[in-house]
Amino acid sequence: MSKITQGAFSFLPDLTDQQIAAQIEYALGNGWAVSLEFTDDPHPRHTYWDMWGIPMFDLRDAAGVMGELKACRAAHPDSYIRLSAFDSTRGWETVRLAFLVHRPKQEARYRLERSEGNGRSQRYSMVRA
Amino acid sequence: MTIATIETGQAVPVADATAPQDEARVDLKALYRDTQIDTVLAELDAALIGLKPVKQRIREIAAYLLVDKARRLHGLSSSPPTLHMAFTGNPGTGKTTVALRMASILHRLGYVRKGHLVSVTRDDLVGQYIGHTAPKTKEVLKRAMGGVLFIDEAYYLYRPENEKDYGQEAIEILLQVMENQRDDLVVILAGYGDRMETFFSANPGFRSRITHHIDFPDYDDAELVAITEALAAAEGYRFDETARAALCDYVTARRRRPSFANARSMRNAFDRARLRQAMRLFEADAPVDRDALRTITAAEIRASRVFSD
Repeated sequence: MSKITQGAFSFLPDLTDQQIAAQIEYALGNGWAVSLEFTDDPHPRHTYWDMWGIPMFDLRDAAGVMGELKACRAAHPDSYIRLSAFDSTRGWETVRLAFLVHRPKQEARYRLERSEGNGRSQRYSMVRA
Repeated sequence: MTIATIETGQAVPVADATAPQDEARVDLKALYRDTQIDTVLAELDAALIGLKPVKQRIREIAAYLLVDKARRLHGLSSSPPTLHMAFTGNPGTGKTTVALRMASILHRLGYVRKGHLVSVTRDDLVGQYIGHTAPKTKEVLKRAMGGVLFIDEAYYLYRPENEKDYGQEAIEILLQVMENQRDDLVVILAGYGDRMETFFSANPGFRSRITHHIDFPDYDDAELVAITEALAAAEGYRFDETARAALCDYVTARRRRPSFANARSMRNAFDRARLRQAMRLFEADAPVDRDALRTITAAEIRASRVFSD
């Protein structure tokens, strides 16, 4: 059974809630705004996932995010949930940390599809198996 | 505000069969020193004039938390203590100031993780239309996690005259979090005594979830004079001998007038005296020295409207 690997820590065993909370503490300690996103299509080219609420600015403690994560898991148990930490510092203005915090029981599977283009060139794309 | 790192010594799993060591003794005094709670309490004593019963209650709570911590080390108690509080008292009796200190005390005792204070009123919790209240309240609660949520004039949350009022929704969410996430945040409700009493009788859920009711007494005249002098000293002003006597008369006269708000009235009086002092120095049209710049005289106090009738 293959595991979807994207974002940080995805080659490690799934993080426990305690480890996730520690990562959130790290992000908040750096002044990053944490947000949650979910999707049922974790294709690597699928960049825009659905947002679970707005990014959580002005948080001081991981408990607030963990509460939202719990609610998101309950509402979308069969989705992938990603946590990202956004750094609004001038010059960065980007996501500094993103990792999966929830996977569905049945992981999404993809396969390589080959097609023939002009001049018999071969093109490959990843499609849902 | 800087956040000191907490030593996580208290996060010992409790009620564990292997934990209890009946022979081991916990030195409460050593625990007391470790938390540096005495410096916080000393600061509280020094910074706040009067408020004897309030300080007494804070001392009791600090002792209770310390003993609770010791009990945890022995594996005697498992559920975290309930620390939600209600501050009642007249305007200007220092409820917000004490709440700020409370956040830092609870943080030193390792009871809240971050020790920040989120101060809100009805407007921050209750929405304008259907479906607006719950996200708004949850947003505030998320921000307050790990610290203290201070709800000023809490009785405005409940508006019995309007049955469609959204305040009830905010109250229900608050109660739920107060019950289920006791270790994540402490809620302090504040307001004037009589109105809080009606609020609590209309919402029995709140009364049963709040264990600590602290009543803030009015200041007496001597305390108010002392407070004004402390305020002035913090801003680099001082009252001369006659001004101090005038100030005593002012307090007595001000108390009899409507809308007397204890320390807040004194702050306003001091601010107006500063204006008059500036005007006097300006109109004197002479070079001023350092002493003249920082001295408030009796004339500035006696010019108040309070003495005019």
